[in-house]
Amino acid sequence: MNRLPAPWGSRIDRSRPLRFSFEGKDFEGYAGDSIASALAASGQWVLSRSFKYHRPRGILSMTGADANTLVQLPFEPNVAADRTPISEGLRVSAQNVNGTLERDGDAIIDRLGRFLPVGFYYRTFMGPRRDSWLKFWEPMIRRKAGLGVVDTTAPHRHFDKSHLHCDMLVVGAGPAGLNAAIAAAEAGADVVLCDENPEIGGSLTYGRHDPAMLADLSSRLRALPNLHLLTGTVCNGWYEDNWLPLIQGDRLYRTRARTVILATGSIEQPAIFRNNDLPGIMLGGSAQRLIRHYGVRPGQKAVVLATGDEGYCVALDLVEAGVSVILVADPRSGGETGTFEAELHGKGVAIRKAVTIEAAQGTAGNRHLARVRVGGRWIECDLLAVSAGQVPAWQLPCQSGAKVGYDAASGSMMLSLPKTPVHLAGSVAGDSDLQGAIAGGHRAAVAALLGLGHAVVEDKIFTRPMATSPVHVLPIVADPKGRDFVDFDEDLQVKDLQNAVKEGYREIELVKRFSTVGMGPSQGRHSALATARIVAEATDRTVAEVGITTARPPVGPETLGVLAGHHEPLERRTALHARHLALNAVMKPVGAWWRPYFYGDAGAAEKMIRDEITAVRQGVGLLDVSTLGKLELRGPDAGEFLDRLYTMAHANQPVGRVRYCLMLNEMGSVVDDGVAYRMADDRFYVTATTGAVARVYADMLFWNAQWRLRVDVLNLTGAFCGLNVTGPKARAVLEALESDIDFGREAFPYLSGREGVIAGVPVRVMRIGFTGELSYELHSPSSLAPALWDAVMTAGKPYGLKPYGLEASRILRLEKGHILIGQDTDAITTPDELGFGWAVSKKKPFFVGKRSIELRARLGQSRKLVGLRFPADAMDLPGESCLILRGNAPVGQITSIGFSPTLGCTIALAYVHVDDSTEGSLVMVKCRNGNLVDGPVVAHAFFDPANARQEM
Amino acid sequence: MKLLICPMNGPRNIDEFQSFGPVRAEPDPDRTADADWSRHLFRAENRRGIVVEWWRHVPSNYFFLAERDLVTNEVIRTFDPSERRDQS
Repeated sequence: MNRLPAPWGSRIDRSRPLRFSFEGKDFEGYAGDSIASALAASGQWVLSRSFKYHRPRGILSMTGADANTLVQLPFEPNVAADRTPISEGLRVSAQNVNGTLERDGDAIIDRLGRFLPVGFYYRTFMGPRRDSWLKFWEPMIRRKAGLGVVDTTAPHRHFDKSHLHCDMLVVGAGPAGLNAAIAAAEAGADVVLCDENPEIGGSLTYGRHDPAMLADLSSRLRALPNLHLLTGTVCNGWYEDNWLPLIQGDRLYRTRARTVILATGSIEQPAIFRNNDLPGIMLGGSAQRLIRHYGVRPGQKAVVLATGDEGYCVALDLVEAGVSVILVADPRSGGETGTFEAELHGKGVAIRKAVTIEAAQGTAGNRHLARVRVGGRWIECDLLAVSAGQVPAWQLPCQSGAKVGYDAASGSMMLSLPKTPVHLAGSVAGDSDLQGAIAGGHRAAVAALLGLGHAVVEDKIFTRPMATSPVHVLPIVADPKGRDFVDFDEDLQVKDLQNAVKEGYREIELVKRFSTVGMGPSQGRHSALATARIVAEATDRTVAEVGITTARPPVGPETLGVLAGHHEPLERRTALHARHLALNAVMKPVGAWWRPYFYGDAGAAEKMIRDEITAVRQGVGLLDVSTLGKLELRGPDAGEFLDRLYTMAHANQPVGRVRYCLMLNEMGSVVDDGVAYRMADDRFYVTATTGAVARVYADMLFWNAQWRLRVDVLNLTGAFCGLNVTGPKARAVLEALESDIDFGREAFPYLSGREGVIAGVPVRVMRIGFTGELSYELHSPSSLAPALWDAVMTAGKPYGLKPYGLEASRILRLEKGHILIGQDTDAITTPDELGFGWAVSKKKPFFVGKRSIELRARLGQSRKLVGLRFPADAMDLPGESCLILRGNAPVGQITSIGFSPTLGCTIALAYVHVDDSTEGSLVMVKCRNGNLVDGPVVAHAFFDPANARQEM
Repeated sequence: MKLLICPMNGPRNIDEFQSFGPVRAEPDPDRTADADWSRHLFRAENRRGIVVEWWRHVPSNYFFLAERDLVTNEVIRTFDPSERRDQS
């Protein structure tokens, strides 16, 4: 019923009608319609209820920048109805209503407003109890003053991310941005141009301009292959070194631009008077957008508030769209009669000078505008188009370092750019008239191209035309009865801000936090300037002194999906992963790695693990140790380098020998351990724990960046696999394989290493013993590891070789009292606390942490890591992390615990008081159920304390 | 996102780098009193002005030095640690 005939409505396709519903009622619109425009076409002007007073609200800006049009979609709350297109069958509902949008039970709050002054919430809902706010008041207020509802059953959507690199990014495809982008691209630059609207043109698409201009720009743009156009794309922030997120639907473009032109335009400002929030009162640009974009007549009888030529153009547009314009109110007194004024007179429109809108009244329940008061006279109308000036869209410029200034004479905000990496063009730079914007676009392009090193001749014709029309600062008409809204999002009136100042909040940041002005969805777009003016007047300062609050990214709302990471976590698999799966391994994550926990029947874990342990103790087992950190150090100073980095002596380590290595940090705490196999004078193969290798590798190069020794470090962790063949029959298995290595006891003793070939696979073999049994650790290139695994499995068959998993490995090492760094050590563990005095060289002049452990030794030792062996018939058993008590004070904790099938009882490693660390002491352990149990201390390894088996 | 110019890899996004803190004094561990050694380990200066810092380009595990203004966050220059030795 409000639909205008073609050609009005550039965005809609009248051949494609679409049906949708709003608040359960069916509506029809056209493809290309926004929810708000389609509803307006059918006479539905109320879109929402306001945040605090539940007042009816409708279209304000048609730019998606205010809270008035926020609606709920089935799976998405807080959707801007003036930006979101309709689709067939779309179900739209209002949010923040108690009952229906039409009859909101909470509208009564509007009449109780004087009992809800600014800061009301801070003071009122404190009691009666300490937790009353969280338990009672906050949930209640949240229900009343909420926005939309998140549907946690919403289906998953696919979001993706892309990277863009360009010479120049131009944000905003209005007249300034278009001219800048085209000029730069024609000069050969690689340009990305983005705009949040579905089409290019900006004000050329809805303003009163010659359509030929846009058609010309459009055809020039299409002819440029080096100009990448992104419409429907929001630039949501500026980050250092011109890194900008561009959001197009569900895709995020992370954009790095060598230079940036911000042509973000300006934001039209509402006028302030009583009932300035009624549906039917909208910005001039909003009325023009309804007419030109959607072919919707914004009203029948209109009053226009105009402080400049733009307002006169709005009035002319309304007349052409068949709206009866009763009056143009121009607050300026006198001045020259412009051409637009004469044109309006010619169409019979009355113009009154030196008057403004003093108040408005609504229909029943304030559901629509009924009349406005101008110069003391009430005028019946259903549309008030407010064209009262604009502010530059300051958000992106300010993020890049621009400063906001204020010109008191013109009442306008302006931006200055002291040394920033961006350029401004168009109305954001103060060039609000069309010729100025075009010239500004060219100027910015030339400046940006010069910055990029292009040889450009500055064109003399692009100078800024002088402003001719008189300027006027529209007064803020505060009303004693209020409802003169400054911030529509937060329902804040003039007196609320004045009261905030009276409460003692003078600074704009404090006024914002106390009153919440500018905190709503529009983020101060329509309220920042007015707030600054009100606070300036109340504090007797200038607007420039008061300023505006910082606008941080994001510029507009963004869907969390755009920010979220991948659904699939990163995981690492060893080269033997498929072998483990084929053997029915139960896999578990260890950090990023997936490792076999045990093999076989998942329902009989305990038995499977015991069988694996027994196999290692009595026969032979096979463990994939590929996740171990593996580093190769080469260079004449390799030995010296290890001497400085680890606690033991490595410079004098004979070739072919393997030595334990223990790493401390500068504080003297144990941070890693492993073994070092000297393969040659200038070559070591060093292992590190799975979780620490990345840091160890970094630390090695960090230290050497300072020491500058002649050594290179290579991280072979992923490139090499490791197999541990362990158990009394390990030697027999290896001797059954084709190899050039002599595995004999004398030829290849404990703690030595050999290089050679096994079953055609090049290997490095080390005799070390985490399990305490005769062990050979076979390291080979990852690509050949499956072949080696298969060969060992085949050769081991006659000996009952059994692959074993992580849990069996954990128990096997616990039976030997071997520690796991990070599990049995913490941030302050010293070698002495582990009983590792043997691993710390007394002769070396320096190693990392030496000075600190000497210092800490003088401070005295308070705890020690010991074994605890609980009786087989113990009723209560502690768990990992259970406390060791001495008297009532905790002195340590259990670090590892498990049942040893070899010993037939539960064993643990624990920190106890140093005085209780001798064999036979009893310590008190607090179980998870609170019971205290005795923990008998074992000073040595639980199993094979003489370490005879590993040296067989 | 900030760009940092790695002396080996050229300009890269800052999220490829790890900061290892300002270059510190290197007291002789054998000639430093306990209290001074503790201060060396646990107290960091945080003065306004220009500092030389250790940075690591994580993917290549390359360590280098950067001169940075702590007030403006401007990186004045980055250079290989061998240059530092040449200077001293």
